[in-house]
Amino acid sequence: MLELKNVQTYYGNIQALKGINMEVREGEIVTLIGANGAGKTTTLMTISGVVPPKSGEVLFEGTPIQKLSSEKIVKKGLIQAPEGRRIFPNMSVMENLEMGAFLRNDKIIIKQDFDYVFDLFPRLAERRAQLGGTLSGGEQQMLAISRALMARPRLLLLDEPSLGLAPIIITQIFEIIRKINKESNTTVFLVEQNANQALKLAHRGYVMENGAITLTDTAANLLANEAVKSAYLGI
Amino acid sequence: MDWAYFVELLCSGLVRGSIYALIALGYTMVYGIIQLINFAHGEIYMIGAFVALIVSGALTIYGFSGVSILVLAALIAAVYAAAYGITLERIAYRPLRGAPRLSPLISAIGASLFLQNYVLLAQTPDFLPFPALIPDFEFMEPIAHIVGSPELVILVVTTLTMIGLTVLIKHTKIGKAMRATQQDMIMARLTGVNVDRVISVTFVIGSVLAAIGGVLVGSYIGQINFYIGFMVGVKAFTAAVLGGIGNIPGAVIGALVLGLTEAFAAGYVSSAYEDVFAFGLLVLILIVRPAGILGKAVKQKV
Repeated sequence: MLELKNVQTYYGNIQALKGINMEVREGEIVTLIGANGAGKTTTLMTISGVVPPKSGEVLFEGTPIQKLSSEKIVKKGLIQAPEGRRIFPNMSVMENLEMGAFLRNDKIIIKQDFDYVFDLFPRLAERRAQLGGTLSGGEQQMLAISRALMARPRLLLLDEPSLGLAPIIITQIFEIIRKINKESNTTVFLVEQNANQALKLAHRGYVMENGAITLTDTAANLLANEAVKSAYLGI
Repeated sequence: MDWAYFVELLCSGLVRGSIYALIALGYTMVYGIIQLINFAHGEIYMIGAFVALIVSGALTIYGFSGVSILVLAALIAAVYAAAYGITLERIAYRPLRGAPRLSPLISAIGASLFLQNYVLLAQTPDFLPFPALIPDFEFMEPIAHIVGSPELVILVVTTLTMIGLTVLIKHTKIGKAMRATQQDMIMARLTGVNVDRVISVTFVIGSVLAAIGGVLVGSYIGQINFYIGFMVGVKAFTAAVLGGIGNIPGAVIGALVLGLTEAFAAGYVSSAYEDVFAFGLLVLILIVRPAGILGKAVKQKV
């Protein structure tokens, strides 16, 4: 479904991605783990067209998208819930969700999707008129995921949904990611520092170091891998 | 106390304030989205006035009269101003997006000087008489010594324009895209907003408002030249900062406060000192509330 071929991305003169190859197949949950500054967020921003690659190819269902603008990529169904949640602070919960459906015109189905996300996260329904900037961290993350769902993603890109959240809320959010993947058959590409939880959720994983992929395997094998254990799982 | 005089000053202050508001909105909207102070915005206002002058001259020759000239001249001036606004953004600002903040600022000053001198050469350095496009209404006659028809038209037009703008920003799709872009440009892109188009639309709206201001003021004051955009631009910018730059209701409040201050200073002290009061007020408010009257209210939890 999504394929990266030898992708190289730069910030000015600094090379952030040093020739990335990876693949996400339809229906999968794939996770990308790695330390701070490894290039995980850059990978997602490159896929979403915010930081276009200098060379290499990003293929979505076989067609190259690395030269497309962000809004064209969004239109194809590649939707990102970015790092730090990036809720529009001065918009209400409702307006944030409407922004998620920005490119859609099917008003009736959008209404159903509101019900769907409020069903996933009843907390958001209670706070629909509240400004996004006044929500708690966990609520903001729920809103960020819901906003992405409002775009009807074919491939959902999640960047560190567990960042800064209490363990109980992390478990809840990961459970919902599993649910989204299973019930609406949404493919998920999950970037995480919380390697343990991410690998338990995902089917396959990639390990990133210094802008390069150093390891890839099924999630179960990665969880058992000695190098991964000592570097990322703290065992 | 002479109440009639007070009311007269109040009206004159509101008229000034609403004109400043029309122009201040252009500054504050552009600043809100791309953090740029568009110093050439006053020139768009001036160009709007010039286009209206030329159009109204032509229409008079073709036998149009009264209000129809005003409306047509304002429409055509708005279209021209919008075209200038878009072109300005494309040529002077877009290539510098992502550059250090000083670069587009210098580019803005350059664009301002360029447009002034372009009109100076293409038209004339002299003041040109501007026809009184706003007719005197009969029903206004009893109170004409306090509020004239032109003042009334200016107040009504600016009020309607601002209501329209509020509706546009609060409830339309493009308005939501503008607010999203203002709050987080990258996230706006990730929801599918074409940010370049939003920026262009912002320049169009700002320019149209400035052109409306240009037509109204030209017709009210009765003369224009290539330099009128400068002082009005500085005052409107002051109003935007007073209200809290980037904040739309703030720009309107700042403009009204500024206009009233000027009018009362001119009326009760001396018109020679109106600018002293205007900028003195700016200094005072910036000392007490550095973010402006309606500076950032919502705090974001992390």
